[in-house]
Amino acid sequence: MGLLLAIVVWAITFAMAVPFVTQTWWMPESITALGDEIDQAFNWTLVGTGVIFLLAQAALGYTVWQFSRPTDKPASDSHGNNKLEVLWTTAAAVIFVGLTFVTYSVWAETRFIEQKSMEPSADRLIVEVTGQQFVWNMRYAGEDNQFGPTDIALIDDAAGNPVGLDRSAPGGADDIMVPEMQVPVNKEVEVVLKSKDVLHNFFVPELRIKLDTVPGLVGKLRFTATKEGKYEIVCSELCGLGHYKMRSFLHVVTQEEYEAWIAEQASYLF
Amino acid sequence: MTEVQPSKEVAEYTEVHRHPEPKSFLWKYIFSVDHKVIGIQYMLLAVVAVFVGMALSLLVRLRLVCPECSYPLLGQFFPVGAPEGVMTPEFYLAMLTMHGTVMVFMVLTTAPQGGFGNYFLPIQIGAADMAFPRLNMLSFWTTFVSFLLLMAAFVVEGGAPMSGWTGYPPLSAVPEATVQGIGQDLWLASIAVFCIASLLGALNFIVTTLDLRAKGLTMMRMPLTCWTWFVTAILGLLAFGVLLAAGVLLLMDRNVGTSFFVPAGLVVSDKVIDHSGGSPILWQHLFWFFGHPEVYIAILPGMGVTSHVLSTFARKTVFGYRAMVYAITAIGGLGFVVWGHHMFVSGMSPYSAFVFSVLTMCIGVPSAIKTFNWIGTMWGGKIRFTSPMLYSIGFVSLFVSGGLSGIFLGQPTVDLYFHDTYFVVAHFHLIMGVAAIFGMFAGMTFWFPKMFGRMMNEPLSKIHFWITFVGVYAIFGPMHYLGMLPHPRRYAEITSVDYLGATGAAELHMFITVAAVLTVLAQFIFLYNFVKSIFAGKECREENPWEATTLEWAIPSPPPHDNFAGKVPHVYRGAYDFSLRGAKRDFAMQCNDDKAVFGEPAPQASGD
Repeated sequence: MGLLLAIVVWAITFAMAVPFVTQTWWMPESITALGDEIDQAFNWTLVGTGVIFLLAQAALGYTVWQFSRPTDKPASDSHGNNKLEVLWTTAAAVIFVGLTFVTYSVWAETRFIEQKSMEPSADRLIVEVTGQQFVWNMRYAGEDNQFGPTDIALIDDAAGNPVGLDRSAPGGADDIMVPEMQVPVNKEVEVVLKSKDVLHNFFVPELRIKLDTVPGLVGKLRFTATKEGKYEIVCSELCGLGHYKMRSFLHVVTQEEYEAWIAEQASYLF
Repeated sequence: MTEVQPSKEVAEYTEVHRHPEPKSFLWKYIFSVDHKVIGIQYMLLAVVAVFVGMALSLLVRLRLVCPECSYPLLGQFFPVGAPEGVMTPEFYLAMLTMHGTVMVFMVLTTAPQGGFGNYFLPIQIGAADMAFPRLNMLSFWTTFVSFLLLMAAFVVEGGAPMSGWTGYPPLSAVPEATVQGIGQDLWLASIAVFCIASLLGALNFIVTTLDLRAKGLTMMRMPLTCWTWFVTAILGLLAFGVLLAAGVLLLMDRNVGTSFFVPAGLVVSDKVIDHSGGSPILWQHLFWFFGHPEVYIAILPGMGVTSHVLSTFARKTVFGYRAMVYAITAIGGLGFVVWGHHMFVSGMSPYSAFVFSVLTMCIGVPSAIKTFNWIGTMWGGKIRFTSPMLYSIGFVSLFVSGGLSGIFLGQPTVDLYFHDTYFVVAHFHLIMGVAAIFGMFAGMTFWFPKMFGRMMNEPLSKIHFWITFVGVYAIFGPMHYLGMLPHPRRYAEITSVDYLGATGAAELHMFITVAAVLTVLAQFIFLYNFVKSIFAGKECREENPWEATTLEWAIPSPPPHDNFAGKVPHVYRGAYDFSLRGAKRDFAMQCNDDKAVFGEPAPQASGD
């Protein structure tokens, strides 16, 4: 029975680990430098926990096999071993807590952006994303680089004003509302996240980042996509019966394509 | 058993607490104040609840592999949620919510603590009953009311709530945001009542452990099971009060127009919601202040049982008993300061993430100590593969697998990708779900002969172990790969996201569902074995069939009404004295003095 149990434990361990080595089911390719760093953090964690996983399960299997074999010797009367205890406590502390220290800088880069300037500029595009059951609304500031004021009394989904934009107010006339996001490649983009109703979560797997959209709060994410393409935006916080179909797209295009697209969108306004 | 003359105080105490054995069915089996009967009541409640929970999980699994399939029988029961037998997305979410709630509260919180703890804490510490027997009865029946309230949510108009077992507002707070109505209120009422019951139970456990230990039973001689029940009770005392408050506030937000969790300016389906001033994130803080300790409330007793069983069947004392005690308390203490790791991407201040992350990683340290010590306990032992031993070894393996995935999620950087994906589902099911349940299987098979005076059928238990052990890995292992894709949680179907269709999510889901169906079927082996053995299992009137050391094995099976038949046990040694050199046998019971153990003639003949 001991050997059988050991073999089953080892077989399960092997079967669990193999897809992580062959990368059969894997993350899509990262499209930001930050995403690469997050992958690096993931890889460190995978190696660290992977080694512990294999060693611990191997030791468990070996122990149940080895010490279930018939023997005339009595069981050991050991009560423990303080040296070993200190050794593995320290090792576990160094590995686990160390990981956090190693990987934390990426978090800071992604999320410590509150105090930085929020002004749209030549080298930073700002897109406001408002979640609602079960669609994403993207807003661009338009030609004047100013987001117009909003008012919930003006919200009218049927009339195409899902965020209650006041078109008559200064800065509001040229704001562009679209259901999908277009950004130029290699340009820093700040996503300003809001919600109209319940919690949602803005998640683009290729960017490796996500953040809840919280009604009453403004969330911010920043990224610079370096690879053109069409990527899915999926909702990652339960938001109701249509949660599974709440998605949109992020189009990363060349600067020229972006400019042509934004000009086309602007032309629909007037 | 060696007896001593009780001191005056002890004699008085015993007299006060001795209640005559009730004769009528009602007072003996229904409104019993006997901790043993109450323990079994908790276990039976958990058995009922676990089958409800499993049935719900099967519905969830079935819809995931075939959203358009029709199950006519289901349509009969739920004409709204499953018209013509086809489950709607909102019905899917309702089943998911109820699965989580039933399993976390009615199974993982009741059986390990209220069930096994109630039955065996007093006996293992040499007491005649819990400190407050009537309060104990009240705890159980309050829990039962909570269970009825929860089940009522299925049958009210609109059906069960769909906001997840975490019930995040505004989804849970604003009726307009979901299709359900009173179901959510019943859910909240059920949780609130459950909190009250758990608070009462926690007080009872703490007082019992501190005040009713037999003479000679110092804290550091207690079985590790008692340590885990004790620390779990402290966690419950501190955690459930917070959830109770949060639940009541949310109930008020829904029903009397307060705005604790709902901010101003909400517009749901073009309708302005009349609330202002609340914060959805406040709920998350309160919920997870309870929710994270809850994980340890579910699994600590399983750790205790595992230590107990591994030592007993390896015929070896627990490796590093002191380190184990420190690890249990460290896990309990740290459990209260890590709740923020559930909220890395919630929109809370990103600066607090570092503290929560470092503290979370620190929990890996006592967890590692426990794992190494479990292996150390078996190392050099003479292992007997009884079914409780198999379940406990399974527990260790599952604890390692489920614990290590937490290292990914505990780092905010990596959590950015994995949060709210199936990776999380895999993680918490392995550790707080099936590992904790393996602890219960171990406890049930181990203590069954003591509780019922009969054995469970060993071959059947072993068959059940093999299928379930492989089965749960087959279910939850592949969920990690779904998380890699990354497959978000709580999706009623995968048809609306392109990359899920392209990357093999459907095949993984099919594999998981087949494994889940088979594993659930195997649970009927256990149920059959359990029920049949109560009435027709092999009779086992031996006091100590497993040759174990703790006090419950020094009294008849099943134990008499007041456990020790009016005698006060005396404890002479630690809980795990196995294979002592020079001893007559390879185990020394806690109530055996050195003379009884090492063979010199004892001055007075002892019953043991």
